[in-house]
Amino acid sequence: MRTIKILMGLACLVAVVGIGFIAWTVLGRDPIHFAKGPRVTLAAYTGPSVTGAPPDLAHADLVMRGEYLTRAADCQACHTTDGGVPFAGGRAFKLPFGTLFSPNITPDQATGIGAWSDAEFLRAVHKGVGRGGKPLYPAFPYAAYTLLTDDDVLAIKAYLFSVKPIHAVAPENTLVFPFNQRLLMTVWSAMFDADTRFEPVADRAPEWNRGAYLVEAAGHCGECHSPRNLFQAIDNRKKFAGAVADGWRAYNISSDKPTGIGSWSEAQLASYLTNGHAAGRGSPAGPMREAVDMSLAHLTPGDVKAVVAYLRTVPPIADPALPATLAGPAPASAAKGPDGNPHGKALFAGACASCHDWTGSGALTANATLTGARAVNDPSAVNVVQMILTGNHDLVGKTQAYMPAFGPAYTDLEVADLANYVTARFGTAGRPIGPADVARFRQLR
Amino acid sequence: MQTLHINGDTHQLDVPADMPLLWVLRDVLKMTGTKFGCGIAQCGACTVQLDGKPARSCMLPVGSLGDQAVTTIEAIGATPEGARIQKAWLKAEVVQCGYCQSGQIMSATALLKAVPKPADADIDAAMAGNICRCGTYIRIREAIKQAAQS
Amino acid sequence: MSRLSDHAAPSRRAVLQGASVAGGGLLLGFSLPRAAKAQTASASGVFAPDAFIRIGRDDRVTLIMSQVEMGQGIHTAIPMILAEELDVPLSQVTTEEAPPNDKLYGNPIFYIQMTGGSTSVRALFMPMRKTAAAARAMLVTAAAQTWGVDAAACRTEAGAVIHDASGSRLGYGALVDAASVVPRPESPVLKDPKTFKLIGTPAKRLDTPDKVNGKAVFGIDALPDGVRFATLASCPVFGGTLGACDEKAALAVPGVRQVVKLDTLVAVVADHMWAAKLGLAALDIQWNDGPHAALSSVDLWGAIGKASEADGVTAQKIGDVDAALKGDGVITASYELPLLAHATMEPMNCTVHVTPDSCEIWVGIQVMTKAQRIAAAITGLPPEKITIHNHLIGGGFGRRLEEDGVGVAVRIAQHVDGPVKVVWTREEDIQHDMYRPVYRNVMGGRVENGKLVAWTHRVVGPAIIARYLPPAFKNGIDVDAVDGAIDLPYDIPHLRVDYVRHEMAGVPTAFWRGVGPNSTIFAAESFIDKLARQAGSDPLTFRRGLLAKNPRGLATLDLAAQKAGWGGALADRTGRGIAFQFVMGSFVATIAEVAVADDGVVTVKHITSAVDCGTIINPDTVVAQIQGGLIFGLTAASHGEITIERGRVQQSNFHDYRMLRINEVPTIAVHLVPSNEAPGGIGEPGTVAAMPAVANAIYAATGVQIQRMPIDPTLLAKKRSA
Repeated sequence: MRTIKILMGLACLVAVVGIGFIAWTVLGRDPIHFAKGPRVTLAAYTGPSVTGAPPDLAHADLVMRGEYLTRAADCQACHTTDGGVPFAGGRAFKLPFGTLFSPNITPDQATGIGAWSDAEFLRAVHKGVGRGGKPLYPAFPYAAYTLLTDDDVLAIKAYLFSVKPIHAVAPENTLVFPFNQRLLMTVWSAMFDADTRFEPVADRAPEWNRGAYLVEAAGHCGECHSPRNLFQAIDNRKKFAGAVADGWRAYNISSDKPTGIGSWSEAQLASYLTNGHAAGRGSPAGPMREAVDMSLAHLTPGDVKAVVAYLRTVPPIADPALPATLAGPAPASAAKGPDGNPHGKALFAGACASCHDWTGSGALTANATLTGARAVNDPSAVNVVQMILTGNHDLVGKTQAYMPAFGPAYTDLEVADLANYVTARFGTAGRPIGPADVARFRQLR
Repeated sequence: MQTLHINGDTHQLDVPADMPLLWVLRDVLKMTGTKFGCGIAQCGACTVQLDGKPARSCMLPVGSLGDQAVTTIEAIGATPEGARIQKAWLKAEVVQCGYCQSGQIMSATALLKAVPKPADADIDAAMAGNICRCGTYIRIREAIKQAAQS
Repeated sequence: MSRLSDHAAPSRRAVLQGASVAGGGLLLGFSLPRAAKAQTASASGVFAPDAFIRIGRDDRVTLIMSQVEMGQGIHTAIPMILAEELDVPLSQVTTEEAPPNDKLYGNPIFYIQMTGGSTSVRALFMPMRKTAAAARAMLVTAAAQTWGVDAAACRTEAGAVIHDASGSRLGYGALVDAASVVPRPESPVLKDPKTFKLIGTPAKRLDTPDKVNGKAVFGIDALPDGVRFATLASCPVFGGTLGACDEKAALAVPGVRQVVKLDTLVAVVADHMWAAKLGLAALDIQWNDGPHAALSSVDLWGAIGKASEADGVTAQKIGDVDAALKGDGVITASYELPLLAHATMEPMNCTVHVTPDSCEIWVGIQVMTKAQRIAAAITGLPPEKITIHNHLIGGGFGRRLEEDGVGVAVRIAQHVDGPVKVVWTREEDIQHDMYRPVYRNVMGGRVENGKLVAWTHRVVGPAIIARYLPPAFKNGIDVDAVDGAIDLPYDIPHLRVDYVRHEMAGVPTAFWRGVGPNSTIFAAESFIDKLARQAGSDPLTFRRGLLAKNPRGLATLDLAAQKAGWGGALADRTGRGIAFQFVMGSFVATIAEVAVADDGVVTVKHITSAVDCGTIINPDTVVAQIQGGLIFGLTAASHGEITIERGRVQQSNFHDYRMLRINEVPTIAVHLVPSNEAPGGIGEPGTVAAMPAVANAIYAATGVQIQRMPIDPTLLAKKRSA
């Protein structure tokens, strides 16, 4: 009897702790919880509107406003294959439990969203429920988009309906059990999709609230830059502390000075987000290159300022995996610098030094600057390897930034040796990686 | 309008700021000694010098040049290092098809200026960005050493 | 059995003609017997181009060069032959590009006016000597008549005829008018090679001074007045066509003048290449991929593997190989080579000006008359209305043996008002090359009592010759594909070589430096090492045993072995490998020394080559060609592979189609064997040697034989002991 009681007691305890843990986890879903101030509905908020297209587009038609918001929400990046027709879908997202493919969101009747009603579109964007009640996977960031106003969602729909319909069927997802059970997503959604529209913080300036709306509702920055909890939902208690997404490290963008963006100037932040480069801070690559080229570079200066103002207020969280200081320029002479990796040095001399220079300061364009870039100071070398493997290019032709993809023709060993040379020469905390690491990084993409 | 300082001359040119120097040299100024090889700074055929430092002109936007002095193969022989390198190149009979050699000579001259007595490792580091499809590398190395001795 | 070099048409025996020229000078040449005789110049002083040599009253000797300079030093070697036999200083000779004319300037080995196959010196050595000797004899006769002395008492030296007894001396320039009316000697007396002063000495190249100061003009540097600049995108799948393409986006780019849309490509014409590139990038081009849209490299390997199971056409047969293969000790192996691009440093380009009644072309090409013919066919103009300005070539390697690029440029230029320079981007150049084909060699052999008694070699690959030089494609045998296999220098009692023609639809193929022997010698020399191992014999000893009846070959091999220190001690996972070959008329023995790291990375440390290429014209050029050829082959062995997916070439530029760089090449020592034999070719043998020498060195170092190029280091990683 006593044993049973103890067991029952333990079971209750486990249940309470479990429920408590889940509740605690779920409560972490408010992205602007850190701001602490009083929340009001948009209707009750006094001051200039913090949603919708910016004042610059006040007189623009619905489609143009929708285009701006579509860019702000960066729909194109996920709904387009490399080199494919924008919004026609089919891009693969490799997850540990299978591959997801983004759907076609051009207005094609049969294969796109041409037959969708406004209500259906709103339900998908806010609640993660597709046409016919099909639960959507949260790779579609509806837990962020749920904050968008109805007007803004419908403006996006109006824009998407203005593009050329493309007949394109995305490949079938290849998720393994139980992740192929879409019904599970209903549970996830109930836990982590607040299904509420953006509520401004009453005692914050309109610019801050506008920034919050752009960052949290449209830009969904946390999807990559915030760690995730046990249930793969964003953990806003570690807001913007950095995470790995799509095989790349999305660095800490909290206001931590040593490892976040706390020591970046406002001009550096604005330049990075819109010009694809910031002096002394490097250039975006991988998914962030997409975010800049397809989304952030198209924001108005006022909106960029708002984004920067908001980011500034995110509480600092240190990333223990990153060094507290960034390395300065490397020696101009090739003869100076790290020893002991002649193979890596030889590869750098042949394929890299022409653009990056032995100093790392960028021999030809500022875009190629390595000095000060987080990636070369990251001991994991994840982003350095990804850059070598996949290259980088300006997707909209604004900056002409270009780096070829060396992955196909360089072996894992070559990439490892080269990455080790780069982190040793241009970073503070090089830690050698091996070919097996490179092989693993290749799989992540 | 871009202002360029090339081989001692100043040019005012109506070309876009993002236009690579290579095409300004070849197609606008008709200075064809600088060659197009790859367009992505992987082969070095387009190497010029900016204030004496080697630079791949195919990826170098003219708008970023500022006041830097551009030297090309057409004028490198007027510098002491350039003259020595050219002489050594002919003495060692480096050249085969010759297409990459403008770039090789521009890189080698910059090396000699920076490192008057280059060791093999210096040559490796300075010249590895210049591809030669004819395979003249062995003589390039010899000629740089000869020029350093002269 | 026939060899490629046996195909010189008998009717092409050189004959001499002398002619007086109104412009003042002696005009000599060798040409087809049926060609017009005694070409006289018009009153305006313009020569009919039926000639190779012009001597002016100013003493200048002009050599009309049928062979193009692409780095191989031919614009020095042929003038050296002329200067030697004519007895003039090399500095007195200038060269001039020949106009397109197969009858006058056809390569005696290939019928057409072509520079390739390491044939230039082989083809022109004797004709050029005979022409020059005749000219010298005529000048001597003219001088003797002038002085009233016996011609036999005169001699020549440094561009002058001298009569020692009287102390008379006249420069050639002063004799040209008199010489023009002297009957040409039927069989002029050639110099005794022992008296050669120039041939065999390291002469400075004539073309290099302008290549170190930016003055040399390559095809891509042509700038006719009013030229515009174009770049192009062709359908990424071979055989596909252009679909929809709205030209508006390109025309919106400042500097873009015109978009030319043809059946298989789009070209953007602009004020400069940058605008053309931006304009092309701005276009949204739809392609109809066509029948090869699903082709992949896996398919290509699978197909050639299957093709190799069939019996081929017998290309060489010695003894009774079937009987000799009976018994113990039979071993087999296959050796494969991938698709390769040429990747010449000068990207493909061609400048063309088409008008209603003319077509003017500026290009660097190895086949002048082919270029002329394709332009004539496209424009409908007669060949004489097609003017070609041939230029220095920034790397040929076989790419510019094809006139496809000229055809593309002419078709674009037909739509452009004024001259247009069409420049391929590097990406377009690599993805629209004509590729060295995939080859497969299936080998069989039997060793008995340590001796090689039977040898079979099946060569499988496309017949490039059938497309390129149809008269040379006889009995179903591609003489290039089996070159090297059918004339092995080894004494093997029972031997059979057969050829399976296997064309690759969806990938255009062409010659590539080293041509057929790249495949056959890689296979044969790798297999020899395998057999030597089977015989328990050292690779050098085994080869020496097969060369007993071949003293030139044996001497060359022994020289290489001695210079390379064959047999000397080596560290663990370090090895030496031999490649021995007789191709393009030259014996080359090559020994590579490699170190293979535990992770499989191969470092080629040193290469020694011994070369007997017969009479050496310019030894420094021979050394340079062997050095460069070896590095060209090493690049292929290390990195060279073009792959196809979805019908598309996957590589695009030097980041993914890699070239060896200066910090990756071994030291190379080349040793020349003095010889008075007929000259052999030297442009390609080095490339042929590199792959088997390195593969055999890897075999020696690791026990693993590389059977498909390029070298895959993952095959060579040290096995962890269990």
